[in-house]
Amino acid sequence: MLSRQTSQRIAFIVISLSALIVVAPILFIVGYIVVQGVGAISWEFLTGFPYNGMKSGGVWPAIVGTLWLTLGTAVVAVPVGVGAAIYLSEYAGDNQLTRAIRIAIINLAGIPSVVYGLFGLGLFVIFLNFGTSILAGSLTLGIMTLPVIISTAEEALRAVPQSFRLVSVSLGGTRWETIRRVVLPQALPGIITGIILGLERAAGETAPILFTVAAFFLPRLPHSIFDQTMALPYHLFVISTQVPGMPVRIQYGTALVLMFFVLSMNVLATLIRRHYRRQRVW
Amino acid sequence: MSAMDIKIRIEDFSLHYSDGKESLRHITLDIYANQINVLFGPSGGGKSSLLRALNRLNDLTDVAVQEGRILLDGEDIAAPGYDVIRLRRRVGIVFARPVPLPMSIYRNVTYGLELAGIKDRAQWDAAVERSLKQAALWEEVSDRLDESGYALSGGQQQRLCLARALALQPEVVLLDEPTSGLDPISTSKIERTLQELKSEYTFVAVPHSVQQAARIADWATFFLQGELIEHGDGKTIFTTPQNSQTNEYITGRFG
Repeated sequence: MLSRQTSQRIAFIVISLSALIVVAPILFIVGYIVVQGVGAISWEFLTGFPYNGMKSGGVWPAIVGTLWLTLGTAVVAVPVGVGAAIYLSEYAGDNQLTRAIRIAIINLAGIPSVVYGLFGLGLFVIFLNFGTSILAGSLTLGIMTLPVIISTAEEALRAVPQSFRLVSVSLGGTRWETIRRVVLPQALPGIITGIILGLERAAGETAPILFTVAAFFLPRLPHSIFDQTMALPYHLFVISTQVPGMPVRIQYGTALVLMFFVLSMNVLATLIRRHYRRQRVW
Repeated sequence: MSAMDIKIRIEDFSLHYSDGKESLRHITLDIYANQINVLFGPSGGGKSSLLRALNRLNDLTDVAVQEGRILLDGEDIAAPGYDVIRLRRRVGIVFARPVPLPMSIYRNVTYGLELAGIKDRAQWDAAVERSLKQAALWEEVSDRLDESGYALSGGQQQRLCLARALALQPEVVLLDEPTSGLDPISTSKIERTLQELKSEYTFVAVPHSVQQAARIADWATFFLQGELIEHGDGKTIFTTPQNSQTNEYITGRFG
């Protein structure tokens, strides 16, 4: 039998190690990519087109494409996602319909991203005849992002004290006026955080854009939402697997750009949350 | 007391919640204008439910059965199609815990006016000064109206909530244990305020103690387990109640 002190000490060590193990991979991944890729970063790399069979040049069209797709995802997912969250939190009771909606959202979150890609190909690209386009890619990424936005927004709305709603209604407010003037402003920081985290995930996805929008190589930037575009995650996939003799430096440089893009969105979300949490009175 | 104007006439009013918690059975009661009408009794007796039926905040709760009529100046406000938004502007409420809205002191007071479609800044200014003065808070906050409502002490917050209700110039003000979380000084400030304001408003109050009920009641109604046990002028009820249960409750033998 171990003494109580010893077992306590062992438990502490095991738990601390678990925490360290969580931190180690992220430090390692980030560190490795920075070390391997930072040499590739230059003005030309960030603002130039790839050439020489992509073995030279930059990633500018992929950056622009990812910006387009992130924006497109937001346009698709934010209104629908926030609207659905408001419905679920403020209007819907607990009944068969809302239970069905909740199950749908949970399942939506569980679908593998490559399945979204195939679904987007079937519905948007072929059936609705949008072709391989930013429109089809944004719709696909948008649907994939919905569950994240809905669940974080709903949580943020539910966190607003019920008493605020009661007070607003008692002063002659309708339910909608109460939501718009009191509940939404209070929930907004949480909602924005959820939106950014959802978009960040969409920005890094490869499979959903594979069949719906991403181009192997394009010599020009997209002009409209009906154009194809290059995008960072798919470009990384291409230069890592499809181009023989690709310099490792460029691969990691591209990974570094993508990682920077995604991490800076993450940092932005954290800053917004911290800023508003300090101002919050409840 | 002589013949009083009846502001609200409650006629054979019954109410049951779906969760079966609190209920009211066949309540018939007159609420007198420009008086402090007190509803008191042990918790769970239905006072708060009745209070919230008077401005239809009950609509937000799961009410299973509601019967009878509540006549405000002769109009049945309990009727299903009644315009509850207009009603809530005529019948304001102050809750047990002070809940300033997460905005400035000024905007807390003008919130109801904004909802009522009043956009005139001068009207806002006048309403803010008038209602904060009525709630005995003006002197303490007149130089910091742009600060958050949460910058105030608990007692000040509750007076802000009173001012917020008064800003709409309601005819009736409901008070649901409005001093339950406050210190004695804040409590007596609010009680004094009510006495000063009753010439302009009709108050229906659920006090947080028998002592407070006895202090402020012009009229008092004793509720027990959803039934109206006794109703009368405050003096009679708290000195020579007719009903033995009322007597036992106010003398502290149960409660």
